[in-house]
Amino acid sequence: MSIDLEPFLLSFKLAGMTTFILFIVALPVGWWLSRTKCRCKPFVEAVVSLPIVLPPSVLGFYILYALSYNSPIGAFFQEIFGVKLVFNFTGLVIASCFYSFPFMVQPLQGGFESLNKNMLEASFIAGKSTVQTLFYVALPNIKPALITALIITFAHTVGEFGVVLMVGGSIPGETKVASVAIYEMVEIMDYSQAHIYSAIMLGLSFAVLLGVYLFNLRHKKRIGLA
Amino acid sequence: MMIDVNIIKRLQGSAGEMDLNIDLCIKEHEFVAITGESGSGKTTLLRILAGLEKSEGKIEVLGKSWLDEKNILATQKRGIGFVFQDYALFENMNVLDNLLYVQKDKELAYHLLELTGLRKLEKRMPNTLSGGQKQRVSLCRAFMKRPKLLLMDEPLSALDPSMRTKLQHDILLLHKEFSTTTIMVSHDPSEIYRLASRVLVLKQGQIIQDGSPKEVLLKTQGSQKFSLTGELLDIIKVDVIHIGVVSIGQQIVEIVMDETEAEAFSIGEKVQVSTKAFSPSLSRLV
Repeated sequence: MSIDLEPFLLSFKLAGMTTFILFIVALPVGWWLSRTKCRCKPFVEAVVSLPIVLPPSVLGFYILYALSYNSPIGAFFQEIFGVKLVFNFTGLVIASCFYSFPFMVQPLQGGFESLNKNMLEASFIAGKSTVQTLFYVALPNIKPALITALIITFAHTVGEFGVVLMVGGSIPGETKVASVAIYEMVEIMDYSQAHIYSAIMLGLSFAVLLGVYLFNLRHKKRIGLA
Repeated sequence: MMIDVNIIKRLQGSAGEMDLNIDLCIKEHEFVAITGESGSGKTTLLRILAGLEKSEGKIEVLGKSWLDEKNILATQKRGIGFVFQDYALFENMNVLDNLLYVQKDKELAYHLLELTGLRKLEKRMPNTLSGGQKQRVSLCRAFMKRPKLLLMDEPLSALDPSMRTKLQHDILLLHKEFSTTTIMVSHDPSEIYRLASRVLVLKQGQIIQDGSPKEVLLKTQGSQKFSLTGELLDIIKVDVIHIGVVSIGQQIVEIVMDETEAEAFSIGEKVQVSTKAFSPSLSRLV
């Protein structure tokens, strides 16, 4: 029996791109949230966390509407750049970025908040800018949180289903990712394929999480904390 | 005058709102100790000097404005050294890299590590060091910019007494070698006496005493020759007399009290033990 690996490759490509984009976007947001005394902080935090509590279908519906030709955003992209944003891979990446945003921001914010404020101030006193302090002092000292943010965002994107189905549908080689493929196999009662696919997902997920926890333990030992 | 400070800042003190109101001139190469109750604004004053907190008023250092009505000079541009009570070392860097991060000057870094006896520990990570070693690294780091002004916020209060003595020696050595002007927040009178040339006492955001350590710290007044302050822990009745148990510094002493004194004092009170016609004799501890 041959296994079509394309849905897996598509899942990983989607997760990889989403993680990369979100790291760049979420880093300044997490840093800002950890340091701001602005009264608007709870408001921003609530917006950032929305994708965790919203049903994927609700999120998917709004994103689908916003990106479609019926909305100003979708119309703008189609008319100016000639890019269609729904039912293709680009649309999936955009939707995944919204869906996985809190999973990148929250660990980073938590990591930054747990840092000794005096350590950051010592860097400022040493004459270093905020950006230098972020990259040379803050990020290296939240490595476990950083790895958690990257891996969980990646894994969460691989595991997403509802939003992907709403925004991307199930076009083979374009939007048919592993989770959608499994759903379809179950629907057509191809249980043996579904078993294989599910087992691969289970194994990969476990390996990824185990890797994160092993890394965190090793990191603590390296800096002398365990 | 090296440093001219005239600042006002509203603070949430331990006893409600208060104004930190400081008008102060400090000479070059002076070693100033700031002491006073907790919540009196000592740390805030230090942080304002470092540019870590905002305030109203003026700060001028060596003819350069650090703070006035219009401008604040960023912390990064002040070129100061700062030693935190909790060391605040960069935990992702080894001892040597902690110094080199501030200034890429290996020669100076090795010189400082040599002076403080840390040369052997240059490759160690901060979390594997003892408190005293960490604070020595932090002290070295503060000198990497060859600062004109060194600020220290209770640098030794987390350390045990023997380690304190060693570090006091290092602080004085570096203060002299680099001819910095140093401002240190401290609670320890012996430390202040040993290091500082001037003491400021803060209370409720105001400087209430300003003088040499001898003038400020020696508690004897008038004809008293010997005077200690402590806390009355207990009053024990023995036959016809009473014995007061007083804790002074790290020691417990007994003082004979008569009936009226025993009734006048209550346990837990701050008391002064003093005498005039009495000559305490010193003998060496073995």
